[in-house]
Amino acid sequence: MLKKIINKVKEFDTVRDEDRRSNKLYGKAALYNTPNEITLAAAEVAGKGYKNFDVYTPYPMHGMDDAMGMPPPKIGYVSFIFGITGTGLALLMMIWMSSINYPNIIGGKPFFGLPGAIPITFESTVLLCGIATVLGLIILFSKMPKLNSPLNNTEFMSRVTSDKFGLVIQADDEKYIEDEVLKLFSETKAFEVQDIYYRESNLIQKTPLFDWRFTAAIIGTALITAVVSYVTLNYVLYETVPFNWMWKQGRIDAQSRSDFFPNKSGMRDPVTGTVARGFMPYEYAGMPDSAVKLLSNPVAVTKKSIERGQERFNIYCSPCHGYFGDGDGRLRDQFPKPPSLHNQKVKNWSDGNIFHVITNGQNVMPSYAEQVSKEDRWAIVNYIRALQRAKDASEEDLEKAK
Amino acid sequence: MSLDATYTKEIPLVESRTSFKDIDHDIALPTETKPTKGWWIAFLISLTALSIGGVALGFTIFYGIGMWGNNQPVAWAFGIINFVFWIGIGHAGTLISAILYLFRQKWRTGIARFAEAMTIFAVMTAGIFPIIHTGRPWLAGYLIPLPNMNGVWVNFYSPLLWDVFAVSTYFTISFLFWGIGLIPDLATLRDKTTSRVKKTIYSVLSLGWTNSNRNWSNYERAYLILAGISTPLVLSVHSIVSFDFAVSVLPGWHTTIFPPYFVAGAIFSGFGMVSTVLIIVRKVFNLQHIITVNHLETMNKILLATGMMVGYAYGMEFFIAWYSGNTFEQFIFINRAFGPYAWSYWIMVSCNVIFPQLFWFKKIRRSIPITMVLVILVNVGMWFERFVIIVTSLHRDFLPSSWAMFTPTLTDLGLLLGSFGFFFTFLLLFLKSLPLVSISEIKAVVEGAQPTVHPHPNTNGQHHG
Repeated sequence: MLKKIINKVKEFDTVRDEDRRSNKLYGKAALYNTPNEITLAAAEVAGKGYKNFDVYTPYPMHGMDDAMGMPPPKIGYVSFIFGITGTGLALLMMIWMSSINYPNIIGGKPFFGLPGAIPITFESTVLLCGIATVLGLIILFSKMPKLNSPLNNTEFMSRVTSDKFGLVIQADDEKYIEDEVLKLFSETKAFEVQDIYYRESNLIQKTPLFDWRFTAAIIGTALITAVVSYVTLNYVLYETVPFNWMWKQGRIDAQSRSDFFPNKSGMRDPVTGTVARGFMPYEYAGMPDSAVKLLSNPVAVTKKSIERGQERFNIYCSPCHGYFGDGDGRLRDQFPKPPSLHNQKVKNWSDGNIFHVITNGQNVMPSYAEQVSKEDRWAIVNYIRALQRAKDASEEDLEKAK
Repeated sequence: MSLDATYTKEIPLVESRTSFKDIDHDIALPTETKPTKGWWIAFLISLTALSIGGVALGFTIFYGIGMWGNNQPVAWAFGIINFVFWIGIGHAGTLISAILYLFRQKWRTGIARFAEAMTIFAVMTAGIFPIIHTGRPWLAGYLIPLPNMNGVWVNFYSPLLWDVFAVSTYFTISFLFWGIGLIPDLATLRDKTTSRVKKTIYSVLSLGWTNSNRNWSNYERAYLILAGISTPLVLSVHSIVSFDFAVSVLPGWHTTIFPPYFVAGAIFSGFGMVSTVLIIVRKVFNLQHIITVNHLETMNKILLATGMMVGYAYGMEFFIAWYSGNTFEQFIFINRAFGPYAWSYWIMVSCNVIFPQLFWFKKIRRSIPITMVLVILVNVGMWFERFVIIVTSLHRDFLPSSWAMFTPTLTDLGLLLGSFGFFFTFLLLFLKSLPLVSISEIKAVVEGAQPTVHPHPNTNGQHHG
């Protein structure tokens, strides 16, 4: 079984697409022994007016550009344009970020200062220039990657990447005549001439974009990246110490269990006989009549106290009583509906009575003494009064409001 | 554009007339043979050091940098020392590959590839330290100006941010420079190898390079441009690293001599490291005829020169402390040389300034064992230079009540060891997998490699020389 697979692979290996040659001629390749021979041959070929030819040397050879009659390389323009772009982008980025989008005073200095911006401007110039030069060289000027060039995988190529100097005249050159090319090669002392044929794959025009394997690879990569990043960000990095952004800490949260204390409660009772500041026990607990009789509102009705009362009311009372005290709060179908605060009974209550209900609780309503401070409870009372008046406003009130 | 200017009669760069085929063979040999016993031993040692560093790194990340010996006032210690040390090591590579290229120093070809690789690995090693020093390295993304939910941007006027830009640009450009240098060599290996797997890998990595002169022409120009931009880049990187200190107001750090002093020190330490490794490599991989004693001697001359520049900086710091009349400055320098950390100061001075003076003697410059000892001392001395600058300036604060000594913890030492393990693991893998000398550049400087005729295309079929 294993042998079969190995044989299959070997079989596949020997007939790889890119090695199969067609019978269409790419060009004639000549090999030379010395640097001088190849330089003279290049000048000769260029002088004869051939255009589609190239010289192949194991290392860059001095004077070859001149011999081939080539114009000076243009890659410097790419470097320059992108270098300047880097300069501009860095400056614009810093101006926009530090003085327009989020101006931040640092040590009382100007939001944008050129001297301090120089290092990053310089680095950005170099970075963009360098990347553009390399990408320009590879993609724009060398037309790489070109793994299926007809020259690759030939005897000729393995000589010119090692110790010989080669010259190829392409068959698609206007002046290409086989006999003349051969004559030229022998005149310039080429020691070997080879025919280079196109690969079969060179002659088939197909875009890898529409190959299903290519598409599958792209989709597969995207899926794997997505899953890995999702798991990493949401489980590995978010839940694990120490990546959990400090939301899991070695502290005891309120109302949680703790084995540290004998009663296993994370919360501690106050020391016996002490009262926390601002939490004086309510002296009329369970005594509504005394409260009504003896309590009077110490908080003056001011805009400030009503606004405070509104805020507290909206937080603590509105879930059941509704924002306007109609008894239609957000919990209306999940909790017994409280009576409206606008009925005559409540309207007739004294301030002390309302305060007592908030502090002491009534029927299903619990005490709010722990959540709302004494002053705030009185402020809520003031706000309830304001609500009651507003709900039942008379013509005179409207006149006054004008 | 190429290395064609010959100013002086030079000693042949490649000893004993070597054919191109032999160069291919000699340089490609380490990539084609099984690793030797020596390589395995070195690799295992590096891996062990790397694992120890990995454990220390794990502790650092899990428990936080409280695992380090840093305290108040010594809030910067091993983390920053190692960062500056390794960044400095990298500078030799760029100096050799870019600056010496611009100066037409042909001898650089033998060591350039190797030194560039060292640059890349050293910068990688260095980059670890500031990131873990932030305490929460997984949030390192906040170091770059990316849009984030807080809506706030980085502080563009902080030297620490300049560092981020300088180091990342330096790494990218060094990597690209190294990468395009490798393309023609990978093409040579592609056509040389007989293994199907290797051929596929080399084919893909060499991007189908064909050694065509129309490509060489642009390639040479691109190489020149990269050398041109790398030169100011390498000077800027260590200058910016020195700004981390110089821009603060701490006596001992707040000096204008820092940028040039740091750059000279970086080149000094980098050459020290290149020599240390090169002496072993040329022996182990039998490249004595390509990386010759002449190379080592030239590097020793550079060590001597940069060592004296560093020595000048040490002296000048003392002079300015006296000449400025600033009592804080005077105190910190007297404390450096004669205080509780005097031992580290004198290690620094003797390793960096005194011992390299032996390189005045030609016999010593050309003696490999003595060179080996001296360059190792340079490495030690330069590590202690950063220790002296950082720790001794911090441990005697403005407020005597907060003075404290710094003691490294095991985690600190583990990370230091691990950084060497990280660097050498990558280096050893590089030595066995890629040509450690540039094949095409070496061929170009072999005697008789360049044509003696310089013809132009002539439509009359005539050519003139």
